[in-house]
Amino acid sequence: MTVVFDKPKALRDVPFSYCPGCTHGIIHRLVAQAIDDLNIEGDTIGVSPVGCAVMNYDFFACDMVQAPHGRAPAVATGIKRANPENIVFTYQGDGDLAAIGTAETVHAAARGENITIIFVNNAIYGMTGGQMAPTSLKDQITQTTPYGRDTNYSGYPIRVSEMLATIEGAALIQRVSVDSVRNVNQAQKAIKKAFEYQIAKKGFTLIEVLSTCPTNWGLDPVESLDWLRKHMMPHYPLGVFKDIGEEK
Amino acid sequence: MTKVLMKGNEALAEAAIMAGCRHFFGYPITPQTELAAYMAKKMPKIGGVYLQAESEIAAINMVLGASAAGKRVMTSSSSPGISLKSEGLSYIAGSDLPAVIVNVQRGGPGLGGIQPSQADYWQATRAIGHGDFHLMVYAPSTIQEMMDLVKLAFDNADKYRMPVMILSDGMLGQMMEPVELNEKEGFTEIEKPWAVTGHKNKREHNVVNSLYLSPARLEELIKERFARYDVIKKEEQKAEEYLADDADILIVAYGASSRISRTAINEARKEGIKVGMVRPITLWPFPDKFIEKHIDHSKDFLCVEMSMGQMLDDVKLAVNGKKPVHFSGRTGGMIPSPQEILDKIREIKEGK
Repeated sequence: MTVVFDKPKALRDVPFSYCPGCTHGIIHRLVAQAIDDLNIEGDTIGVSPVGCAVMNYDFFACDMVQAPHGRAPAVATGIKRANPENIVFTYQGDGDLAAIGTAETVHAAARGENITIIFVNNAIYGMTGGQMAPTSLKDQITQTTPYGRDTNYSGYPIRVSEMLATIEGAALIQRVSVDSVRNVNQAQKAIKKAFEYQIAKKGFTLIEVLSTCPTNWGLDPVESLDWLRKHMMPHYPLGVFKDIGEEK
Repeated sequence: MTKVLMKGNEALAEAAIMAGCRHFFGYPITPQTELAAYMAKKMPKIGGVYLQAESEIAAINMVLGASAAGKRVMTSSSSPGISLKSEGLSYIAGSDLPAVIVNVQRGGPGLGGIQPSQADYWQATRAIGHGDFHLMVYAPSTIQEMMDLVKLAFDNADKYRMPVMILSDGMLGQMMEPVELNEKEGFTEIEKPWAVTGHKNKREHNVVNSLYLSPARLEELIKERFARYDVIKKEEQKAEEYLADDADILIVAYGASSRISRTAINEARKEGIKVGMVRPITLWPFPDKFIEKHIDHSKDFLCVEMSMGQMLDDVKLAVNGKKPVHFSGRTGGMIPSPQEILDKIREIKEGK
């Protein structure tokens, strides 16, 4: 029998810990596929966040380090500065990256740290049961904004990619989504490009991936994809916000 | 062997380089400034890494990363900055990673002051971060000893796979003394098969991690770590005994306050009062073996610290109620005078 579709080698054969319908699984596959395509698994070090993806040190087949909440870019900096020939990536959610780890993220970008960040934005804290995230939308109902996020009281959702694109050290900043086949393909290209930039020592790369959280959004997986398109995409438009490869 | 005059903070940095440290991550804070500045000047010349982080929190996590990657790595700070590093230190300990952390203590709590202090003893030996773990803590009292202990700190961090602290203070950091630089001594780094360096398709992936959702597994790992701590308590206690064998009054003091105590002891001896000292060099493990052997002949113990009395707890635990334990100390950046300690010695002698 001919195998037409298989798991990437860079994913270990262990069950994921994610909820049914969650798009973390797709994003893991895309990262692993990029590692396979570039044949870099043996040189790659991944850094796990705190949050839903905390246990992905078990999922990726490359060497892995589990970082304190929000500190993954600093941990990745230490690894990269120790062995600059390694390919180093972090995989972080929106609470980890854009709230508690804002300083680490911004300064890794400012240093032009030659690492890749996969930033999974699902507008909520998933692991702890659905609290307001720095990226939760205006009026979004969460466990800690039960009447909807009141921007006069709780502030506004942060557009991470747009913010980081203003930083000179950033080489590639792109927002993608995994809500459709077309967008999954786009996301795959973006993630691969980020790793290619790192291999070419171009500097800091971050791919923001819009993702779903059916469990904490209280929607089924298909409704969640619709919610992402209807509510997230207008506030978080897809696109390339910085690409030094394009600036010539 | 060359003898040079060096400032404590700079000597500490040089000792780290001589011990094979090529990765330093720091953040500015008084009074440890010269240490980082020395690293910034020296590291680029010897193919090392000096990186100024955006915070102490980031610096300690860079240490975590470089240590996970198998390197000898150090960070330094002063009291308020060490508080910020406590999260990272807990993760480093929980991940069984070696690292050397320097605390050039100043007055606290809060922003406190910038004058020398020993008020971080509890923090270093009891509660540097959340969870069941220890740091090894070395407390030098001269610049030469500081240099010697830095090498030992790196060796033991690697040997026991744990974070080790050099507990200095603003006085030791800022003062100058002649030191011998033994450049030929060199260092040997041990193999680190657990390090994340890329598996090169030749082994299973390495994972550096402190998360264990199974409480049974977590307990098992902590017990393994504590078995290692038992070995350390047995093998690694260090202290200096000064005129201790015939002492009626035994002073226990470390670091800067032990230097002042020594002067007071010499004065007291001139008056015919038999005073001696046990000077802990390791604060964890606390050198209780060295205290215990003097319990029988000593009538009184006197703990001298630049704090409100923190090591006092460990001295009392070691003396175990068998003899009275007195205390003399200044805090907030105030340095006790030999006269104050001498007055306390006389007071104890007179049975007040």
